[in-house]
Amino acid sequence: MSKRLGVPVRPILESGLAVVIGIIVGAFLMLAFGYDPIRAYAALFIGAFGSPAGILESLAFAVPLMATAITFAVGVRAALFNIGAEGQMYLGAIGAIIVGSAMLLPAGIHPIAATLFAMLLGAFWALPAALLKIWRGVHEVVSTIMLNWIAFWLVSFLIRTYFAEPGRAERAMPALPTARYPILGETLTAIVFFVVGVCILVTILLWRTGVGLELRLVGDNPEAAKYAGASRSRAILVSFGVGGLAAGLAGASQVLGRPPSWTIYGTLGNLLNLGFDGIGVALIGRNHPIGGIFAAIFYGGLVHGGRFMEYNVGVASELVDAINGIIVIALAAPEVIAIIRRRRES
Amino acid sequence: MKTPTRLQWYLIGIALTAVLMYIIALSGFSVAHLIETGLLAMTPLALAAVGECLNEQAGTVNVGMEGIFLITAVLGVYWAEIFQDGLYGLLLGSATGALIGLLLGAVCVYGKANQVIAGMGLNIMALGLGPYMLMSIWAFPGIHVFPRELMFPPIHFSLGDGYFGLSPVTIAAIVIAILAYLLLKRTLLGIRIRAAGENPVAVDVAGVSVYKVRLLMCVIGGALAGLGGAFMPLGWFGGVVKEISAGRGFIALAAVVFAGLDPLLALVAAFIFGFSEGVAFTVAVSPGVKEIVPYFFVQMIPYAVTLLVLTAAIGGKRFPRALGRPYIRE
Repeated sequence: MSKRLGVPVRPILESGLAVVIGIIVGAFLMLAFGYDPIRAYAALFIGAFGSPAGILESLAFAVPLMATAITFAVGVRAALFNIGAEGQMYLGAIGAIIVGSAMLLPAGIHPIAATLFAMLLGAFWALPAALLKIWRGVHEVVSTIMLNWIAFWLVSFLIRTYFAEPGRAERAMPALPTARYPILGETLTAIVFFVVGVCILVTILLWRTGVGLELRLVGDNPEAAKYAGASRSRAILVSFGVGGLAAGLAGASQVLGRPPSWTIYGTLGNLLNLGFDGIGVALIGRNHPIGGIFAAIFYGGLVHGGRFMEYNVGVASELVDAINGIIVIALAAPEVIAIIRRRRES
Repeated sequence: MKTPTRLQWYLIGIALTAVLMYIIALSGFSVAHLIETGLLAMTPLALAAVGECLNEQAGTVNVGMEGIFLITAVLGVYWAEIFQDGLYGLLLGSATGALIGLLLGAVCVYGKANQVIAGMGLNIMALGLGPYMLMSIWAFPGIHVFPRELMFPPIHFSLGDGYFGLSPVTIAAIVIAILAYLLLKRTLLGIRIRAAGENPVAVDVAGVSVYKVRLLMCVIGGALAGLGGAFMPLGWFGGVVKEISAGRGFIALAAVVFAGLDPLLALVAAFIFGFSEGVAFTVAVSPGVKEIVPYFFVQMIPYAVTLLVLTAAIGGKRFPRALGRPYIRE
């Protein structure tokens, strides 16, 4: 049945089961510190999805995660663990400020130009990891994390010096009104269409083009890929390049498409962890850009609802990140899911 | 290009350090102070890296050391405050690390997980759990400073007209590195560990459980990373912040790759990376320098050094054949 409808039932069930595991362990973490998990989760889910405003806000939180999920997903498709979305996303955000805040352009072109420049900077920051992998075999897990931290300090420097808002030490120059995407409701802006468009484009690239076929072949079976004449170097470059473009877009979305700030805070507080959260979102979405859209909406809801949980019940909203991590661990181990399924069936 | 042998690495390391010291002394910094800071920064890296060498020798990769650092740093301080003693903080922090290692090991070994993804899951979990625990325990966001009496302080030796502080944990880290080396090279368990990473089927046929050997190494690796994590606030900073691990778990991972899973070389790598961090710390606060080089760029030094050293030194190393692959018993 699942084949005929074209809906991948089994992966959805597995992701669902991992999410349930995450939520249950999260409840135990709340009990361990003396909170009431039922009240906390009620506040979270009603806050996130209980009203039209909540849903719009959850979608706004989902937008950057859809993009950073692509970064990790495209990496995994080529058997790479690109966990550099975080740093590439910082670079994208500063790219959006360079064009969106510090340059004057006509209204129609401005947001597009700023978005494209942000994406290019994101890809630029992914390049060293790709080249080091190809030339020297440096493992991308280590190189991308080092680049993340260098990016953190570089962008911190830039937003407090050249791109600081005069008289407001706590943040960088906001995007000019001409560079802002129109608001659709709450803090959701039209950049959501751009991001969803990119998700669709990446899906087409991966499953409908020769480049995508090569990338997936190198990821699935490097030996066979070699005999088929696929270029591993090209697959790595494409994977990191597309991932960097997507991460840059995530950074741009927080500057050009996120009221009320339209900028980066001095601590990078409105950017922190969007890249790492994208890893969890990608895995829940089964490393598929379209699956990532739905996973991002779910996770965006957790993040937005987490604020209600903190405000109403006093549970620190960071717990949501912990739940995300547990979901990732559950999804990493096929046997964990399989064991539970066997239990249920027997 | 031929990769240098271990002896050559030591000589290169000593020569480079000597040149660096000379330059540092010429620019008017205290060499003793720099080494002091460098050794403090080395300690958590060395502990985690040595543990990870053992872990990877047996065939399991743990990229979640960053997460273990963060969780045990917070809980180490918590235990120290409960028992009113820094030593308890270190020991129970290490025990917490062992428990996390056990859980992650169970997921990787018995759950046949993708080890990199499971480890990243641990890191993401810690990213949330760290601040969550800080908030839940001390009801203050992102930072906690504990009373000075709870520190596990360095021992001070007099040196010229000043003194030189050396933490007992640093000495322990060096001793542990040597013991780990001997364990791998001179004992039956060491042979089993290496065989579990190289040829798990042979270990199984010989009647030794691959799962148990690997799980044991996960626990030891976790315990050492946990000691390193608890050391950061209790033996070094005097407080805990939500970014306390600051990529050190991954720098330790870089040290392991650099060392080709040799615990003694991992110690050297940890010193190089720790020393670069010590230099960064010292330079960042030096008058005359801090006005010229922005603080932000000084902060990049440890990460840039790690990336450069790893790029220059990689290659020619052999890693266990079954590394990173779950063992599935026929």
